[in-house]
Amino acid sequence: MTVVGESPVSVVARPTVGVETGGIRWWARLRSGPRWHNVIAHGILIAAICVIAFPLYYAFVISTQTLDDAIRMPPRLLPSTALVENYTQAWNRAAMGRLLLNSAVMALGVAGGKIVISLLSAFAIVYFNFRGKQLVFWMIFVTLMLPVPVRIVSTFEVISRLGWVNTYWGLTVPLMASATGTFLFRQFYQTIPDSLAEAAQLDGAGPLRFLWSILVPLSKANIAALFVILFVYGWNEYLWPLMITTTTDMRTAVVGVEALVPRGGSQLAEWNVIMAAAMMVLLPPVTVIVLMQRWFVKGLIETEK
Amino acid sequence: MKRTVFRNPWLPYALVAPQVAITVVFFFWPALDSLRLSLYRASPFGDRLIFVGLRNFERLFNDGAYLRSVFTSFVFAFFVTFVGLAVALLLASLANAKIRGLAVYRSLLLWPYGIAPAVAGIIWLFIFHPSAGVLPYVLSFVTSYQFNWFLKGWVALALVIAAAIWKQFGYNLAFYLAGLQAIPGSVLEAASVDGAGPVRRFFAISFPLLSPVTFFLFTLNMTFAFFDTFGIIHAVTQGGPGDATSLLVYKAWKDGFEGLQLGLSAAQSVILMLLVITLTAFQFRYAEKKVTY
Repeated sequence: MTVVGESPVSVVARPTVGVETGGIRWWARLRSGPRWHNVIAHGILIAAICVIAFPLYYAFVISTQTLDDAIRMPPRLLPSTALVENYTQAWNRAAMGRLLLNSAVMALGVAGGKIVISLLSAFAIVYFNFRGKQLVFWMIFVTLMLPVPVRIVSTFEVISRLGWVNTYWGLTVPLMASATGTFLFRQFYQTIPDSLAEAAQLDGAGPLRFLWSILVPLSKANIAALFVILFVYGWNEYLWPLMITTTTDMRTAVVGVEALVPRGGSQLAEWNVIMAAAMMVLLPPVTVIVLMQRWFVKGLIETEK
Repeated sequence: MKRTVFRNPWLPYALVAPQVAITVVFFFWPALDSLRLSLYRASPFGDRLIFVGLRNFERLFNDGAYLRSVFTSFVFAFFVTFVGLAVALLLASLANAKIRGLAVYRSLLLWPYGIAPAVAGIIWLFIFHPSAGVLPYVLSFVTSYQFNWFLKGWVALALVIAAAIWKQFGYNLAFYLAGLQAIPGSVLEAASVDGAGPVRRFFAISFPLLSPVTFFLFTLNMTFAFFDTFGIIHAVTQGGPGDATSLLVYKAWKDGFEGLQLGLSAAQSVILMLLVITLTAFQFRYAEKKVTY
């Protein structure tokens, strides 16, 4: 339901799983050639994957070459020996240690903060009746329509009035609220049988105890799914850190890579070093997606329905 | 709705307080302030605001640069969304067989989603580099046309479109593959027995059955194309050459932060807000109808 930013809008189909037809005889199978079809299918997929992987491979190759090799024609497409040198250069020149730390703080802060805030507000909305509940619900809903780009100028003013320019507060807190997480948890809580809460009450557990000991453990899969999506979102956010930070030591890594690209054309771009920096910046979110792929797909589809 | 089971006079308020506080301070306040600012103009010395009514909007709609930006944004969105999805669907349909190792393919397709738009842009910037990039080199064997994005607007636009599609493509393909695998083989076989050829089968059966996936991917890609591509533009072309790649979000930021024309930038924010509201409304309208199953 999120229109902009961290997560997709979704109405994904869950069609019934296909029933395999067993009616084709073995010889027909051989003749009409599902196997031949399979070869084509594998071929197309492998070709697509190669095309998709090429830019990353190319970036990696460039990041291992000396500058002379990197800009020489014809392009060389094999890794070379300058890897350590280029990555050290990139690390030092862009103060990459500091930038990666800032990115990690931002990504983890946004993901963690948003998960906690959403868990709490969804719990209140589902398990309590209180005055103004509808209003709260609609307020949360409307945030869907107010992504960062639609409040560019005024947001900066708010942040600077709070004195949050160039702080981790400014980088994380304002991005912690949005409807995505709240709706995801609300949806999930509604599927939990009422009897569970009643049983907890009979055992004398208060609402917070119920939340902590029963709901949170049950929500693990959703928390993991949301975490992957939000980590990637927080790490890759560009406009926000660009606006909220003015000093290089508070910049995030993604913005820092851009700073290595010279403007105006008079200065020679050191593409091997730029690509080394790019590799360092893209590795953490890509690794998270690859390692937590199951949760990533779940998160993409279920962030809201 | 659930039967409410807990009673407490203050706890629910405490639980929603953090979210409400952040929403009010960082979402509503700036959004309302944008609405207000869109009706003002800074005085020549920048020391006070002058009320100008709807003059900012009038100015935008008479401004060639802004209209070009609208046009460019739609061209960009068209390529990223329609062309990106069409090619993904075509490949997915051609590769639609009950194949083994789909999970492995999925892993190999999904990872580009994790690359920041700005970083994707920088990688493609080098691929398109007029003197050192691999693409102009390869093209130089075919044509003597100079694919120099520093000089030619459309090449620059092609560059940012390529970077954007690259980031989304594998992911679109993976979703289409999964959607196609879920279509019952018996239905397609029945159609084939009735004499429907592959093209007919695709348009009569697969495509309608895939409409929820298409809808999901469409909204996602549209949103991406309009609102998440600031990084690509800022890190790569900075809107240039001229204003060939100045997308709406980039222009709103540039006029506000670099041009310091707060009113004009706020008016652009308001227009973007209308665009988001339209997209959201569209999405809910169809979400309710569940498209076609």
